[in-house]
Amino acid sequence: MLLTAFWFFASLMILFGLSVVLLRNPVSCAMSLVMCFISLAALFVTLDATFIGIIQVLVYAGAVMVLFLFIIMLLDLRTEKSRRLNFGATLGGTLVVAAFLSILVQVINADPALSKALPALPPGMPTDVKMIGFTLFHSFGLPFEVVGVLLLSATVGVIVLSRKSLR
Amino acid sequence: MPTLANYLIASGLLFAIGLGGVMLRRSIIIIFMSLELMLSAANLSLVAFSRYGLVSGHQNFDVQVLVFFIITVAAAEVAVGLAIIVSLYRARQTTHVEDLDTLKF
Repeated sequence: MLLTAFWFFASLMILFGLSVVLLRNPVSCAMSLVMCFISLAALFVTLDATFIGIIQVLVYAGAVMVLFLFIIMLLDLRTEKSRRLNFGATLGGTLVVAAFLSILVQVINADPALSKALPALPPGMPTDVKMIGFTLFHSFGLPFEVVGVLLLSATVGVIVLSRKSLR
Repeated sequence: MPTLANYLIASGLLFAIGLGGVMLRRSIIIIFMSLELMLSAANLSLVAFSRYGLVSGHQNFDVQVLVFFIITVAAAEVAVGLAIIVSLYRARQTTHVEDLDTLKF
């Protein structure tokens, strides 16, 4: 059951990820990215990380993608005109990606500790929302405050950047 | 049952797709979307490690808090990045990276 869900959502995620890179219309790319993030959230749920999955849907598939679509609409981006392909960049990019993938597969296959089965969780455990909240406020209080300051400065920065005249 | 290696391969594939998008695409918005793909791929492998490496019987919740912080920082990064793209478009009327070559040597 879990295996079927994993293969279904992982292949969906890879498929939509590929269509983000390969499609030409920016709106279709953004929609594929939404579907990719939703499948990724489902993968998080198969890993018993319900809270992270819900946050992924709310923040990424919701807020961030609305921002992307809004900018695509604002800049009125049309389908990209196909230009002459930069041969060197294409060859280099493909080589780097292929080398990365082959090294990754070799490293993962070489380590037998990585092919262990899913360990069972003990029954009667508190929900992960409760545990994450406990960990966050118990041991990560200062980083939590710093992230609040970061969000505030990002908001101020965005307002300054998008003013009509930069002085 | 899927193994840890399955999740790591899926995450690595997603990262490779994002890397390919950053290197091959020429529209700055699509490059930015590919960057988001790479960030999410890192999140997937972190959550997989937290589920498979149990700490005293339950998942490693420190890792899930780290993923929570990564998502927060990524949201801030998207907001700032898109604002930069908008002001770039206002100055140059283009979002094509080959037209933006002022800093090119």
